[in-house]
Amino acid sequence: MASEKKQVAMTGNEAVANAIRQINPDVMAAYPITPQTDIVQFYSTFAANGLVDTQMVTVESEHSAMSATVGASAAGSRAMTATSSQGLALMHEILHIASGFRLPIAMPVVNRAVSAPINIHCDHSDTMAALTTGWIQLYGESAQEAYDNMIQAVKIAEDPRVRLPVMVCYDGFITSHAVENLVLVPDDAVKAFVGEYKSEYGLFDFEKPITFGPLVLPDYFSELKAQQSDAMLAAKEVILEVAEEYEKISGRKYGYFEAYKLDDAERVIVVLSSAAGTTKAVVDELRAAGEKVGLLKPRVLRPFPAEELVKALSGAKVVAVMDRAETFSTQGGQLFAEIRSAFYEASKKPLIKNYIFGLGGRDTTTSDIRKVYEELKKDQERGSVDRKVTHLDVRV
Amino acid sequence: MTMKGYKDLPEGGVIPEKGNSVLYKTGEWRSMRPVWHSEGCVHCLMCWVFCPDSSIKVEDGKMVGIDYDHCKGCGICARECPRKEKALQMVKE
Amino acid sequence: MASLKELSAIPEVLAPGHRLCAGCGAPIVVRQITRAAQGPLVVTNATGCLEVSTTVYPYTSWNTPWIHNAFENAAATASGVEAAYQALKRRGKLDKDVKFVVFGGDGGTYDIGFQSLSGAMERNHNLVYVCYDNGAYMNTGIQRSSATPKGADTTTSPVGKLSYGKRENRKDLTLIMAAHNIPYAAQVSPAHWNDLYQKAEKAFAAGGAAFINALAPCPRGWRHDSKDTIAICRLAVDTCFWPLYEVVEGKTRVTYKPREKKPVTEFLKAQGRFRHLFQPGNEAILEEIQKEVDRRWEELLALEEISNRQGETA
Repeated sequence: MASEKKQVAMTGNEAVANAIRQINPDVMAAYPITPQTDIVQFYSTFAANGLVDTQMVTVESEHSAMSATVGASAAGSRAMTATSSQGLALMHEILHIASGFRLPIAMPVVNRAVSAPINIHCDHSDTMAALTTGWIQLYGESAQEAYDNMIQAVKIAEDPRVRLPVMVCYDGFITSHAVENLVLVPDDAVKAFVGEYKSEYGLFDFEKPITFGPLVLPDYFSELKAQQSDAMLAAKEVILEVAEEYEKISGRKYGYFEAYKLDDAERVIVVLSSAAGTTKAVVDELRAAGEKVGLLKPRVLRPFPAEELVKALSGAKVVAVMDRAETFSTQGGQLFAEIRSAFYEASKKPLIKNYIFGLGGRDTTTSDIRKVYEELKKDQERGSVDRKVTHLDVRV
Repeated sequence: MTMKGYKDLPEGGVIPEKGNSVLYKTGEWRSMRPVWHSEGCVHCLMCWVFCPDSSIKVEDGKMVGIDYDHCKGCGICARECPRKEKALQMVKE
Repeated sequence: MASLKELSAIPEVLAPGHRLCAGCGAPIVVRQITRAAQGPLVVTNATGCLEVSTTVYPYTSWNTPWIHNAFENAAATASGVEAAYQALKRRGKLDKDVKFVVFGGDGGTYDIGFQSLSGAMERNHNLVYVCYDNGAYMNTGIQRSSATPKGADTTTSPVGKLSYGKRENRKDLTLIMAAHNIPYAAQVSPAHWNDLYQKAEKAFAAGGAAFINALAPCPRGWRHDSKDTIAICRLAVDTCFWPLYEVVEGKTRVTYKPREKKPVTEFLKAQGRFRHLFQPGNEAILEEIQKEVDRRWEELLALEEISNRQGETA
């Protein structure tokens, strides 16, 4: 039983570095950036002590980190990298190439605000800007979830129905640097779970040499993009299959999202990652006072599980979607826009509003969350939302 | 080449064949053509080593002709030929 | 020393049917360099003329495994490919000895790919990076690069009432690469095919990072007749505009010294991109260009002299 397994105390980054140690990829090309840095440090130490035999490429930038990872993956090896914030932004061009090449790269992204102003702390502006790059995105609340997502990401990415890269996102400092108790899956179980990597194509078959990355003009471009879109759709199914399989070795359940006290909830917060933990504490407190409140914490943003989210939220009267990143559309955050759009065809729609919060690492406390639930209650009584988009914690 | 449907294309835009550009005839671009006179040729292979289009046919270390399907008529071979018009000559198409 | 007869027996890496312009220098460089690999070879290609013209989907001109990632990252991509090779070999999943070559134009090498190239050279990956230097962004329509010679007329350094073309001297990338203290760096010209072939052999055998800068005329951008590609390469070498040399483990050796050093105007006159320099009023510019060629040639000879002296004392 999972509950009987030995707990260890680790930071999020240490847990993720250990997941990668257990996977022991062929190639790891990475560049340091706060708050991702100690993944690379831990991993270099594992390599220096023979705990892994991965070929390390200590590149000179994140652009080269992703470029080398693409090269290594295209060559036919299991290749990884890791990044944050500016690093992800610098990789951006090659993110599209990794997915367009259908390379199953699993990459931790430790969420951090993108400059300017420069800031090293958490928000989701980095990965939100990468939603259209063709990568699968998984978000985790805790070190445990980051670890579990990391291992599942490899299996999802490499599934022949998918063959797409995956970002494993978790919150900078809050999750990456805080020490938590968690349970690791035994090394040999992880090894068996991810299995030997078998690539579709490689660059070392000299009998049947391939051309990888040719110039594709309008006569074929759309077809290749349609394939990619199909693969993303297939990932929806594969993500659940992999979760089910992972439950067998870990005892922990995963899906598209976590529904927390949602069944009869009238007022619901939708929020990603670590802020969900804070929200759970408030939900518990308000539930004890008889309030019908709940939480939905998305885990998978790409592919976007629109139907499932609509179904899960259809019983709510008012929903607050909380975005930890601005879009500057003046119409709210990205998660808000997508969830609201998902309800367009629904016969039963809750009131939906948006809060932008926690930018640049601003702490989101239980009193902030309490305030949101209080405002939702007023909205519910009034039968309309007072404001579509609110910056939760900005001084005026 | 027949146009395949999207589900039948190799993933990621990979071309799983080698050198199939031979099917594409760049010889049609030519306005001047090199003409080879075998009797004047000393088989020094200067034409071959400088050809941008892999279009000088060599067998057993000897020049045996020109691949007109692909030769674009750049004229480097004739210009670099030490035997000049005796072995290689550019003429209008 | 291999004869052309012997070289012609080695299978062609670049198939015909590619869509590079008639008389392009790049495929000549590719054909000559790749012969020296003698065995399994993986090619990485930066975005550029060579890449787009040899792989118009669903056609490819490559007879060996080939990858293109983006413009500025060919060296980083090849670093990853080579790392995968090391890993798979160590783990017993591959038993062949494989060679790696990268081709990038001067835009992808001197400019946008400079950082990734520097990184790959410093990390000493076992690969040969070849720059086919045609001295401008030819693929996008002849824009100036840091490899464009002073005085050249390009679409972003155009000749006009107030302009004589590019005002700046070209970057000396070969020496910059040699300054990475890599096992092998060299400058070559396809006109001197034998010198090129020997250098390529050394580069593939270097056991670490090697850099080769290859002159590759562009008839369209240089504005010369397509038949003159090789003749102009010869002029570049004989005027010492493009010296042939190598730096092996830090030791410089000039591999070809023209018996009679020709004035640089011989090289310039052959190309339309310098035609305006021969109009009255531009004599001073021609003089400056000659002075710069002389200075660099003297510097190179001095480096060779230092290397020779070090050899004597060692």
